[in-house]
Amino acid sequence: MELFLVNLIAATLRVSTPILLAAIGETFTERAGILNLGIEGIMFFGAFVGFFVADASGSLWIGFLVAILSGVLSGILMGLLSVSLGVNQHVSGLGITLLLTGLSLYLFRLVYGGRSTPPSIEPFQQLTPFNDIPIIGPITQQYFLTYVTFLVIIPLAWWILYRTRFGLNIRAVGENPEALDAAGVSVYLIRYLTLGIGGGLMAAGGAFLSLASLGAFSHGIISGRGWVAIAIVIFGNWDPIRVMIGALIFGGTNALQLRLQAMGLQLPIPYETFLALPYIVTIIALVLAGRNASYPAALLKPYKRE
Amino acid sequence: MNIVEMKNITKQFGDLTANDNVDFELRKGEIHALLGENGAGKTTLMRILYGLYQQTSGDILINGKKIVINSPKDAIANGIGMVTQHFALVPPMTVAENVILGYNDRFVIDRASIEKKVGEAAEQFGLDINPKSLVRHLSVGQRQRVEILKALFRNARVLILDEPTAVLIPQEVDVLFETLTRLCKEDLSVIFISHKLDEVTKITNRVTVLRDGKSFGTVNTADVTQNQLAAMMVGREAFGVKREVNTSSDDILLEIKNLSALDNQGLDCLKNINLTIHAGEILGIAGVGGNGQSELAETLCGVRPVSSGEIILDGVNLIGKNPAEFTKAGMGRVPEDRHEGVVGDLSVYENLALEYLDEYSNNGILDRKAIRKNAEDLIKQFQIKAKPNDMIRTLSGGNMQKVLLARVLSREPKVVIAPQPTRGLDVGATDYVREQLIKQSKRGAGVIMISEDLDEILSVSDRIAVIYEGEIVGILPAHEATPERLGLLMSGAVKEN
Amino acid sequence: MAMTKKKLRLVKTDTPPFWVKPAIPVLALIGTFIITSGLILLSNANPFETYYYFLFAPLGSRVSTLEILVKATPLILTGVAVTFAFATGYYNIGAEGQLYAGAIAAAGLGVALHGVPAIIAIPVMILGGFIAGMAWALIPALLKIKLAVDEVVTTLLMNSIMAYIVSALLNGPWRDPASGWPQSPEISPTAMFFKIVPRSRLNFGFVIAIAAILILWIIMTRTSFGLKMRAVGLGKPAAKFAGISVNKTILIAALVSGGVAGVAGVAEVAGIQFHLIGELSPGYGYTGVIIATLGSLNAFGVGLAAIFFGLVDAGAQTVSRALGVPVYLGEITQATMLLVALGMLLLQRYKIRRM
Repeated sequence: MELFLVNLIAATLRVSTPILLAAIGETFTERAGILNLGIEGIMFFGAFVGFFVADASGSLWIGFLVAILSGVLSGILMGLLSVSLGVNQHVSGLGITLLLTGLSLYLFRLVYGGRSTPPSIEPFQQLTPFNDIPIIGPITQQYFLTYVTFLVIIPLAWWILYRTRFGLNIRAVGENPEALDAAGVSVYLIRYLTLGIGGGLMAAGGAFLSLASLGAFSHGIISGRGWVAIAIVIFGNWDPIRVMIGALIFGGTNALQLRLQAMGLQLPIPYETFLALPYIVTIIALVLAGRNASYPAALLKPYKRE
Repeated sequence: MNIVEMKNITKQFGDLTANDNVDFELRKGEIHALLGENGAGKTTLMRILYGLYQQTSGDILINGKKIVINSPKDAIANGIGMVTQHFALVPPMTVAENVILGYNDRFVIDRASIEKKVGEAAEQFGLDINPKSLVRHLSVGQRQRVEILKALFRNARVLILDEPTAVLIPQEVDVLFETLTRLCKEDLSVIFISHKLDEVTKITNRVTVLRDGKSFGTVNTADVTQNQLAAMMVGREAFGVKREVNTSSDDILLEIKNLSALDNQGLDCLKNINLTIHAGEILGIAGVGGNGQSELAETLCGVRPVSSGEIILDGVNLIGKNPAEFTKAGMGRVPEDRHEGVVGDLSVYENLALEYLDEYSNNGILDRKAIRKNAEDLIKQFQIKAKPNDMIRTLSGGNMQKVLLARVLSREPKVVIAPQPTRGLDVGATDYVREQLIKQSKRGAGVIMISEDLDEILSVSDRIAVIYEGEIVGILPAHEATPERLGLLMSGAVKEN
Repeated sequence: MAMTKKKLRLVKTDTPPFWVKPAIPVLALIGTFIITSGLILLSNANPFETYYYFLFAPLGSRVSTLEILVKATPLILTGVAVTFAFATGYYNIGAEGQLYAGAIAAAGLGVALHGVPAIIAIPVMILGGFIAGMAWALIPALLKIKLAVDEVVTTLLMNSIMAYIVSALLNGPWRDPASGWPQSPEISPTAMFFKIVPRSRLNFGFVIAIAAILILWIIMTRTSFGLKMRAVGLGKPAAKFAGISVNKTILIAALVSGGVAGVAGVAEVAGIQFHLIGELSPGYGYTGVIIATLGSLNAFGVGLAAIFFGLVDAGAQTVSRALGVPVYLGEITQATMLLVALGMLLLQRYKIRRM
C-alpha cells in the first residue's frame, strides 16, 4: 500500500507536468483577455517540433527550445487574428488548433512517412537526487523539467503576475483595456507578449510529452489535454497556485488510472472508464468552481479604440 | 501664456466631420470650459489632445512648441492628463495599483512602497483617498478622485475633465470645485467639458463654445450671461420642454408596496420601496447614479426578481411574472441602456416586433407582412429616420430611442417606465422624448421617469421621489422642489419620510 | 506635418461595395493557395499541379464528383448543427461527440432492427440518432443555463469522454466476434441507407443533409423561434428585455444542435460504414465549426462551404494518391482557408478612402 501511494505521488507529479505547463500558459493569455483555444494544436505542434528537431539535431534540449519557439510563433499568430484583426476568439483559436494539428501530421508523414516502425528517440532521463532514501527517493525521481515546472515556473508565474509591472499590465488589460490604453501602455503589445509567452509554455507542455514521457510522437499524444488545461484554468480561478492544484487533481486521477491498469486487476468495468475519469473529474471540478469563477472582465472582447 | 494651442483641428470619422477647423487655446493656471451640446465635438477634440484619436488635419502646440500626439503615452509625456466619463480604472485592483499603472519605472512592484508613494501624493494634492482600497469598493466620487490623482501623479500640468459632475451630487461637486480651484493656484490648467451653464459660470475663467463640430469663439466667463452662452451653444435662446398642465387624476394605476431586491452581487439594492402612480401623472425619480435606479427600473420591467413586496398594476399583482407578462398587463417598458434594449444586428422591423412575437406569428411561422406593415406605420408615426430593413446599429442614438419608444408607446400601455430616457441624446431628440412622455400622461397613462438630470426632473415631473442607497428618502410635489432641497435628499443628508 | 497630406486610409463602413462579399471566397482561396504552396513544395510536388488535382480532378468523372457530395454529407450536417447553436450564441464545440452518440445509437438500433422493413427501420434509426445526440448535448447545456459553466470547455471535454465510450464499446461488448476487429457488428441490410445514384456511394444521407439545410433556413428566417434564436445570439440583454426566455431558447437550440450532429453520425453508419468504428469521423464535428463560420451562419452559405470542403477532402485523397502529398494537406487547406477568410471578412467592414 505504501509503495502504491509513493508511486502514485511520483506519477501524479510526472503526469501533471505537461498539463500544468500548458495551463499556466493559458492562465497568462486569459488574464490578458484572450481565450486561446489554439492550445490543443499548439501542444500538438510543440510535441511534433520537439521530437523532430531533437531527432534531427541529436539534442533533446535543442528540440525542446525550438518547440518553445514554435509555440511563441503560434501565440503570435493567435494575436494577429484575435488582437489585431479582432476575430472571434473561439473560432480563431479552434482554427489554429486544426491548422497546427494538420500541419504536424503533414510534416510527420513527410519526414517519417516511409518507415514501417514508428520512430523513437532516447527521451530525457529522470533525476534521482535522493536515490537511497525510502519514500523521498522514489517521489523525487522526476524529470528535470518537472522540477523546473513546479519549483521555478509556478513561483515565477505568480511573481510576475502579482509583483511586477508587466503582471500589473497583464491583469489590467484583461479587466479593462481602456484603463491601460489611457495610462499610455499599448494594449496590443501586452496582449502579443502574453500570447507569445503562453504559446511557448503550451508548446513546452507538448514537447514534454514527446521528449520526456514518450520519446516518440503519435496521433493521440495530446488527446484533449489542451482542453483539460483550459478547464483547469477556470477551476484555478486564473491564479497560478490554484491552477497547480487543479493540475495535480487531474494528474492524480490520471496517475491512479495508470496504476490500476498497470496492476492488471480484472475489473467488471472497462478500462476506458479510468481513462475517461480525469475528464469527468475535470467537469465536476468546473461545476464546483461554477458561479464563483471570476472571469477576467475583458475576456473574449477585442479592443478597438474607436 | 498659452500652455496648449490647438489650431485648425479637423477630425473626420468616415463621412462624419466631428471637428471642423476648431481653434482652442488654454492659458496656464486657468479653468477653461469647453461648452456644447451632446455631439458638438467637445469630447472628440479632447480625445485628440489626449492621443486617443488622431486629427485628420491641424496642429497641436504645447508651450508654443508644435508636437505630434499619437497615443496617450505622448500626451502624458507632454504633461496632459484626462479623466474620461467612463473611468479608465481596473475595479479589482487597488487604488495604488491603478495610479501607478503604466507609470512605474521599476519592473518589480513593491506594494508597500507604491502604497506609500501614492498615499503621499494623495495628501500633497489634498485628495482624500486610501491607496490600499480596492477600486471596486469605491463610490463614484472617490473613483473620480483616483482618476485625478492618476493624472497628477504623472505630473500632469493640463487636466482634462470630461463632464466630471454628471455623476456627482451637488455637495460632491462643491468638493471637486474647491480642489480644482486650489490646484489651479499651483499653476495647473484645467479643461472642463460640460453642457451645464451654471457650473460653467460658477467655476471657469473662460469658455470656448462648440456647436456642430465648429468653434463659436472663446469668451471671458465674467463677460457673458448664461442666456448668452445658451444662445451660443444651441443657436436659440429658450430651449427645453416644460410640463405646462398637471393632468394627474386621483385614480391609482400602479402601486409599489414594500419592494425589495438584490443587486448582481447579492446585496440589498432596493429597500422597502413604496410608490403610487396615478393616471395622467408623471412621477420623476431623482438620485445620483448607482443608488438603485437601474435595479428599480429592472424590477418594474420584470427582468430582475424581487426579494419581497408587490407591484400592483391596475389591480393585478405582477410579482413572479415574466417580462412578456409585464408587457401584456400594460406595463410599457423602455430599457435604460438603449444598446441593451435593441439587437444591433437585427433590422428595425425585427426589433419593432421583438416584444410581440406571439401576435405576429401563426403556429410559430412569422407573419412577415404584418411585421413590415407595423414597422412602416411606426416609422411614419414616430418620425424615425430609418428604413425597415436598416440594421439598428446604423441608427443614431435619437433614432434608436424612437424605435424603442415606438415599440412601447404604440401599444398605449397603462404605465410607462422610462429610465434615463434622454441620456446621451442631443437637444432635438431630448425634446422629442420629453414631449412623447408628456403626451402619454395627457392620454391618461402613468409615467415613471427615472433621471439623473435634475433639470429634466424639475421640468417634466408632477411629483418627485428621491432615491438614495435603494430607499425612497422623500416624495414631494414638483412645485415645492428646488435643486437645493433635492440635493440634500440625494446626498442622504436628510430624509423627508 | 504628414497629417495635411492626402493618404489612403481604412475607414469603417456599414455599406461595403457590392463586389466585396463575392470577392472574399475567391481572395481567401488565392491567399490559401499562396500560403500552402510552401508546404506542397516541401513534398517535392508542383503547387499548380497539386491544386489541379485538388480542386479540378475530383470534378473529372461522374463517380468522383458524386464522391464530393458523399464527403460533404456529414460536413453539411455538422455545419447545420453548429449553426443552430452558434446563431443562438451557444458555443457548442461538441458536435464531434454528439456525432458519435448518434452513431452509437445507429449501430445499436441497426443491429436490433434485423428483419424490420426499411420504411420503419430507417426513420427509427434517424430518430434514435437525433435523440442520442440531443442527450449527449443535454449535459453541457444544462450546466450552462443552470450553473453558468462555460459550454466551450464542457463540450470539448465531453468529446474526449465520448471517444473513450466508443473505444470501450468497440473493445468490449461490440467487438466483432468473427474478425476480432474493434468494430461493431454489421447493421441490418434493411437499415442501410439506399443509394440515390446507383454504382456510387451517394445515399439517402445526402437527402437528409439537404433537408437539414432547408429546415435550418425555414426556422431561421420564417419562424418566430428562429427570430428568438437570432435575437438571443446577437443581443442577450435585449432579447431578455423583450420577454424572450433566453435560457429556454438556448436549451432548445443546444438540443437541436446536438440532435442534428447525432444524425450526422447516423448517416455515416447507415450510409457508408454499416459498422461503428473508432475512426468514423476524422473531426467532422470540429470542421462543422469552420463550415458554420465560413457560411456566415447562413443556411445556404453553410451548404456551399460544406460542399467545397467535401471537394477539398476528396481532392486531398486524389493528391495523395497521384503525387504522394500527405493527405493532411486537406485539413491544412481547410484551416488556412478559415483563418484567411476571417481576416478578410473584417475587410468587409472597412473601405479604402483618400483623405
